[in-house]
Amino acid sequence: MKSLRNYLDKIKPRFQKGGKFEKLQSTFEAFETFLFVPNRVTTQGSHIRDALDMKRTMSTVIVALIPALLFGMWNTGYQYYLSRGIEAGFWATFWFGFLKVLPIIVVSYVVGLAIEFVFAQIRGHEVNEGFLVTGLLIPMIMPVNIPLWMVAVATAFAVIIAKEAFGGTGMNVFNPALVARAFIFFAYPAQITGEKAWVAGLNHHAAIEGFSGATPLSQAASFSLDKIPSLNDLFYGFIPGSIGETSKLAILIGAAILIITGIGSWKIMLSALIGGLGIGFLFNMIGANPYMEISPLTQIMMGSFLFGIVFMATDPVTAAQTDTGKYIYGFLVGAFAITIRVLNPAYPEGTMLSILLMNVFAPLIDHYVVEANIRKRTKRTVQNVNA
Amino acid sequence: MENLLNIFVKSIFIENMIFAFFLGMCSFLAVSKSVKTAVGLGIAVTFVLIITVPVNWLLENYLLKPGALVWLGPEMAKIDLSYLSFIMFIAVIAAIVQLVEMVVEKFSPSLYNALGIFLPLIAVNCAILGASLFMQERDYHSITEATVFAAGSGLGWFLAIASMAAIREKITYSNIPAPLRGLGISFILTGLMAIAFMSFMGITI
Repeated sequence: MKSLRNYLDKIKPRFQKGGKFEKLQSTFEAFETFLFVPNRVTTQGSHIRDALDMKRTMSTVIVALIPALLFGMWNTGYQYYLSRGIEAGFWATFWFGFLKVLPIIVVSYVVGLAIEFVFAQIRGHEVNEGFLVTGLLIPMIMPVNIPLWMVAVATAFAVIIAKEAFGGTGMNVFNPALVARAFIFFAYPAQITGEKAWVAGLNHHAAIEGFSGATPLSQAASFSLDKIPSLNDLFYGFIPGSIGETSKLAILIGAAILIITGIGSWKIMLSALIGGLGIGFLFNMIGANPYMEISPLTQIMMGSFLFGIVFMATDPVTAAQTDTGKYIYGFLVGAFAITIRVLNPAYPEGTMLSILLMNVFAPLIDHYVVEANIRKRTKRTVQNVNA
Repeated sequence: MENLLNIFVKSIFIENMIFAFFLGMCSFLAVSKSVKTAVGLGIAVTFVLIITVPVNWLLENYLLKPGALVWLGPEMAKIDLSYLSFIMFIAVIAAIVQLVEMVVEKFSPSLYNALGIFLPLIAVNCAILGASLFMQERDYHSITEATVFAAGSGLGWFLAIASMAAIREKITYSNIPAPLRGLGISFILTGLMAIAFMSFMGITI
């Protein structure tokens, strides 16, 4: 440790102003702060001293994502062996999934961070930790059979267009991970929908008889309600689906971590849940087709609904910022997610698009919440003055 | 009733003037710097749409369409004036915008001042002519359908410009790369917003 510090101190002057590698300063800075706590402190003005900086915030989200990720790896193997009709032990199952999922994570991080570093160099700002979470979210919302080059292209699109063009971490209007998925969804629909996408190897080998790689959502969309797995299976996640979305238990553990540490907004999660259940209930009442008759509880257990509202809708940058705004935003996310899923025959899942859509409207909601607040307070002041 | 609801929802979300057809882009990009003016323009566009589309519907059905003149007598059934529709529609729009301007000036000077130059500019807004042409192309059966379609399109346009303005207010202080500031980032934003609006594509009620 000591020698590493000494070495960094030795080469540091070369990266500072006037040094030989002046241009690479942000890269050096990123690695230095990655290894050691920065020793610079602010000297003037009033500041809140808090241990919670961006690095810690992002690490907390990553910790919250780990249970879903680990389960996703195991489930990848489980679904594979199920489709081939092979009995396999726990570790063999996990190892298979690990080998399938790891390359997607590596590609997403390498491409995304490379772009981050290049932009930081060109624009002369520090490398931000913002991509750490995005880089993990992108693999978790992909089907396991996605070709790696597509992950690379989608990540590049999301980081450049949806994030760096807007000024980098904290300035983006849309959630980059969702933009990446939407990009693949509209550009290469064959790879992200259908029955072959969700189980490893199913696009190369035929499955054993009686096994279907269809997700519960596509079963519901084709009105074969009896084929939707039991609530138990949906909850624990023994179903085909995107890598991170299947286990609701793991997602709830993540949600608990986010809520306890105060990083994720419980207001958004709660109101989105109410929105989803409410709309599900409303469709129950209408009951125009079998899809509408699915119970609200099953509705929110299927697909990426919970994953979306816990990890994507609560993104502090793209969600509504005001308290009242969060309730409205969350409610509409939940409501639109189920509505799109049920009413739109072209899209099996609506969570991703509904969160993107509400990203569009979040600033407008905030604007009117703030306006209303201003009006209320002006009224109160005027009354007080008059009284 | 269900049919009307279908047309209304469809024209707001699914066939949104901006995000599905990219009509009325010039004022959409130019006037979306602050929410307040954007809302004003949105209301004005909606208002003009609600008046012009039904009027043009009447013109189309009783004057321009092949056989529309049959109410004058059976020998008129062969006359087809549809080649006049562009000029008729645009004339109607320009006239009504003038009329609306005068009425607004007379009865609500404050709104007139707030809208300023945008009110006369609506006459050349492509979304307005676009709505009339869509009305012609889609063959709405009654004047109610045409009006509902106009209201929906107007509301969709209003939502689009209001949310765009709110986002642009939010990113005022963002560290956007210099070449992209202003119009550049607005174009990128419009594209991304259109992706988000694609969530509705294909919905039938």
